[in-house]
Amino acid sequence: MRVSPSERTLNYAILIFFSVVVLTPVFSIVVTAFAPANAAAARAGAFHPENFAQAWVQGRFGTYMATSVLIAVIVVSLALVLSVMAGYAFGTMRFRGEQVLFYLFLLGIMVPSEAIIVPLFFDLRTFGLTDTPWAVALPQVAQSIAFGTYWMRAYFKSVSPSIMDAARVDGASKGRILVSILVPMGRPAITTMIVLMFMWTWNEFLIPLVMSPSGEFRTAPLGLAFFQGQYTQGTALLAAAAVMVALPVVILYFLMQRHFIRGMLEGAVKE
Amino acid sequence: MRASPKESRTTGAPRNASGRRGHAATPYLFIAPAFILYAAFMLYPLARSVHLSLFAWDGLTLATFVGFGNYTELFTDDRLRAAFGHALAFIIFFAVIPCGIGLVLAAVLTRSKARGLSLFRTLVFLPQVIAMVVVSVAFKQIYAPDGLLNSALRSIGLDSLTRAWLGDYVFSLPAVGLIGSWVSTGLVTVLLLAGMAKIPTELFEAARLDGAGAVREFIFIIVPSVRAELTVALTLTIVASLKTFDLIYMTTAGGPGSSTTVPSYEVYRRAFETGQVGSAAAIGVTLSIIIFLITLAVNRISERGA
Repeated sequence: MRVSPSERTLNYAILIFFSVVVLTPVFSIVVTAFAPANAAAARAGAFHPENFAQAWVQGRFGTYMATSVLIAVIVVSLALVLSVMAGYAFGTMRFRGEQVLFYLFLLGIMVPSEAIIVPLFFDLRTFGLTDTPWAVALPQVAQSIAFGTYWMRAYFKSVSPSIMDAARVDGASKGRILVSILVPMGRPAITTMIVLMFMWTWNEFLIPLVMSPSGEFRTAPLGLAFFQGQYTQGTALLAAAAVMVALPVVILYFLMQRHFIRGMLEGAVKE
Repeated sequence: MRASPKESRTTGAPRNASGRRGHAATPYLFIAPAFILYAAFMLYPLARSVHLSLFAWDGLTLATFVGFGNYTELFTDDRLRAAFGHALAFIIFFAVIPCGIGLVLAAVLTRSKARGLSLFRTLVFLPQVIAMVVVSVAFKQIYAPDGLLNSALRSIGLDSLTRAWLGDYVFSLPAVGLIGSWVSTGLVTVLLLAGMAKIPTELFEAARLDGAGAVREFIFIIVPSVRAELTVALTLTIVASLKTFDLIYMTTAGGPGSSTTVPSYEVYRRAFETGQVGSAAAIGVTLSIIIFLITLAVNRISERGA
């Protein structure tokens, strides 16, 4: 397709304009993060990487990041194993109630956290489970299982039945076929799922906010919200803290953007 | 529950896949661990929400049964009516505007086959992966009285337009809404780009032979071809807009007054701040039903039009 030079110029102008629109807030917060935090710092120069260390200590981000990592590990590992198993059954076996069960799982992709958080909090409080990592993690495991089961079912359905038949003829059990053939073969689909589950868990806000009222298991995004409330003078340290909270997922995104984009586009429910 | 007949399956799955070597209980054993956890932390609380929504309860003392009182309140309570109204406005900012921009942007990029497209894709998608809390902090600084936006306005002599954007009764809603547009546009654009890449080149060549210009090409070829992608984009962004809680919590807390409050924020406020637990549950349940209906409706409309 040929495009006239004037149109080409226009196209690049549009491309550049939207890139600038997207990048302005990102750059502005990064620039602010390196800016002087107060008048005394301003006299010492314009570039202040020590803001990050200061925000880390003042905002107790060491603790919050550790909590975030703990929660992410619980959610991703549990949801991963359970989704692979459930997806395997839905994708390769036939049984009574298959459809009803599958629709029940699909429901979880649509239900917002707001619809379950209220009874979850009061019921878990009754059992003395609020302010534990489990109260923060398990509701997110349930949400991730809904997506994961849907996602893995699609993968298992795409595998040629002849592969499974061949293994069965060789005498492999269902569990064995899953562990030694299907899981290694499905590494791309599984990686995409892990990456998405990690991002959702890391960025989640409402569930950790409600489930740890004492703040003992505050995750990094909550630490940032708390830091914003408490640290009002100046913006440099807040910006530095914000950059640190976003960084793990952003780095992962630049390393594995194909997985992020593919997962978020194909993960949309289309039944 | 009946066994579902699967003759229509086209993949040629093995006959009686659960048979022979496998035990009849095998599929249930594989599903059970996931289902138990999912039922305990998703299905059960959802049912409990429906139950709770029929009571007036402050979270401490005894609850009293009020039937559908909490639901009729959705229509009579000013603050709640405002919240659902804002949700509608946010659908425009989170879904409609990004889909409009995304369509034009993706069409331009597809037509021009511009270089640097993959870098552009990476960049516009970036807002999707940044935690909403961080996005909120960034935009709060931009909208601050001495923030980037006001400085920019002052530098071009528009001092009269400067204001505390998030503290303004009129401008706080669009200010917060535009943050949503910023987040959604990249997702929509990338989705539509993928759809447009699948349009056969011959279609464009034929249209050009017929003398169709860029605009006609856009209306008659590009838009109809990406109907499926547009459906997904609308569904994803509308649902995302209705689930937005952290953005409101971080930027305005629903204020000033109730000018930016949304249903998801009201759930939190009522359940954990003002002791109206039943009402909060009713809002949560209503929100789920709305999300479900919108998802269904968007998909219906696109199917019928196809």
